Amino acid sequence: MSAELFSVFYQFADVFAFLILSAAGLAIVFGMMGVINMAHGEFIMCGAYVTVGLVNLGVPLPIAQILAAVTAGIIGMIVEFLIVRRFYKRPLDSLLATWGLSLIVTQSMLLIVGSAVRGIGTPEGSFAIGGYTFSTYRLVLFGAAVAVLAGLYIIFMKTRFGVVARATMQNAAMAKALGARTGRIYSISFGIGTALAGLCGALYAPTMTLIPTMGATFVVESFVTVVIGGANVLLGTAPAAVFLAMIRMALNASYGQIIGQIGMLFAVILIIRVLPEGLSSVLVRRGR
Amino acid sequence: MNSGRIFGMALLAAVLGTAAIGSAQAAEPPLKVGLLEDVSGDLAFMGMPKLHGSQLAVEEINKSGGILGRQIELIHLDPQGDNARYQEFGRRLLNRDKVDVLIGGITSASREALRPIVDRTTTPYFYTNQYEGGVCDASMISMGAVPEQQFSTLIPWMVEKFGKKVYVIAADYNFGQISAEWNRKIMKDLGGEVVGEEFIPLGVSQFAQTIQNIQKAKPDWLLTINVGAAQDSFFEQAAAANLNLPMGSSIKVMLGFEHKRFRPPALNNMHATANWFEEIDTPEANDFKKRWHAKFPDELYINDMGYNAYNALYMYKALVEKAKSTKLDEMRKVIASGDACIDAPEGKVCIDPKSQHTSHRMRLISVGPKHEVTVEKDYGTIQPYWLGEIGCDLTKKNDKDQYTPSHLPSKS
Repeated sequence: MSAELFSVFYQFADVFAFLILSAAGLAIVFGMMGVINMAHGEFIMCGAYVTVGLVNLGVPLPIAQILAAVTAGIIGMIVEFLIVRRFYKRPLDSLLATWGLSLIVTQSMLLIVGSAVRGIGTPEGSFAIGGYTFSTYRLVLFGAAVAVLAGLYIIFMKTRFGVVARATMQNAAMAKALGARTGRIYSISFGIGTALAGLCGALYAPTMTLIPTMGATFVVESFVTVVIGGANVLLGTAPAAVFLAMIRMALNASYGQIIGQIGMLFAVILIIRVLPEGLSSVLVRRGR
Repeated sequence: MNSGRIFGMALLAAVLGTAAIGSAQAAEPPLKVGLLEDVSGDLAFMGMPKLHGSQLAVEEINKSGGILGRQIELIHLDPQGDNARYQEFGRRLLNRDKVDVLIGGITSASREALRPIVDRTTTPYFYTNQYEGGVCDASMISMGAVPEQQFSTLIPWMVEKFGKKVYVIAADYNFGQISAEWNRKIMKDLGGEVVGEEFIPLGVSQFAQTIQNIQKAKPDWLLTINVGAAQDSFFEQAAAANLNLPMGSSIKVMLGFEHKRFRPPALNNMHATANWFEEIDTPEANDFKKRWHAKFPDELYINDMGYNAYNALYMYKALVEKAKSTKLDEMRKVIASGDACIDAPEGKVCIDPKSQHTSHRMRLISVGPKHEVTVEKDYGTIQPYWLGEIGCDLTKKNDKDQYTPSHLPSKS
């Protein structure tokens, strides 16, 4: 019995981690900043490739993963400076620009790195409960997802930067009038968003096949989580991930992956119909 | 007239003569070969060797004088794994470029998208993948292995060696669905039991739940017919969770070269039946591998699709030269005579007149803990017999249909 219970928790944790890690970066870039970043998957891919490249050079996996996230963050800030900055008032154009960027990046990676890269393998470690065996690394992913949420809470709620950033997102002109350097705030926020995308890729790199289009497997989940979560990263994305993870896990377990995917997307349609502003619109209102 | 002048004139005549032949040859337009292979998108890692195999064969054939003295012009388009693009590019090659032959397609979905378009023309179409079998269509020549060559050999061996309970993980489209049907039929004949079947949407990359479903069902072995880079993540995740079950497949190792792409021992205990895998160690195979790697030094693995794509051009050459024509009807007369054979790197392969599928020498291979590949059993040459047995006879009637164990020709 306890084996069954743990297995339910493990499956929930697994889907939850996948949703949070793939959506956290987008929650900042899209949810807060309003930039429809179609290249989100490519930042994830960037994190994965940098991780594998560094591990192949002999860098220990955890350090490679952190460096990969930092790299994705720096590249994100460069992209923000060169491209995204010009589209803050034109969200639909930002969609086109970042989509174009995504196509250029995947095709260039295909030409430069090739169609497939040899994987590095998941870190050793599995444990057994009842008749089931589990991979320890999947629990590390869950821990990382919780840590990311905690980190975001601290950055955006407890630091001066967080206060100014939230003010800038709410009313950039007023924040600027009060002395906030809004350009820099946007740049850093975008960088944090892409660093989190890179972290997602870095964390999933050992468990997946690396191909230039790998980001695509994360993008649908990340967008639906952010869209039904709404504008607030903590009060939107996290509950959205819990909600979607429960639906998907239950359906996956009883009816298989196809029904799991259909059911999750069906739930998303229902929520957007009922709550166009996302879950956070309800939760934030209650909180006031 | 001194002998020097006679010699000079003879030389001149000879030069003029060859020049005349040469210009006659140049006036002969090249044969146009239309090729549709994905070299970008989710299946690029499989499609790239297919393009390379075609390029290598074209280069070799052109160097040795072409087909009926005509050079080959290869027109390759990249449909990027998109079936709508397969149709668009197929129409373009057939109607605008007026290719003499169409080759290509990776997934069975792309083949079925192309087939109705090809059927409206008189252009021959070569499909170069192993697949779920059953296509009875006079326009199509299949170069890859089919279930009676792969599943009818592999599944009985797996049952005998590991046990009667199997769990199936299959990609959710026609290839996976029909392959699973084949497995059900063969397992039933063997008195085995399918303890679970899971169909996975393409692009899904997370398998924690699947792994647990498998452990709950307690199978003796797994049939893995999952497709694409995302679904291949299953192997890494199953190894990390210490699932540790024997696996069998019709597409792993020789086609997706997962044993080269994943770190050992993720593919340990995988078994497959194949007509080609790069580890084949015969003089013909080694010579072929040498030529391939000389032209494409960065190739990670020569997979069976790439190998079949290479053979397709030589088979086309053999058919055209025996028919002395590039017309499909004339080529099919050669096939009907049972004389459509080539000496391929695996050995002699022939096209079966009734089904227009290819005979293959099949071997059962196993992957070890260090991802070393060993040959467990050599079945010799196996004919693609199933379509002929159920009543497909393209020498008499063009069904233009795809049959499965549950969809057989109506008896009329």
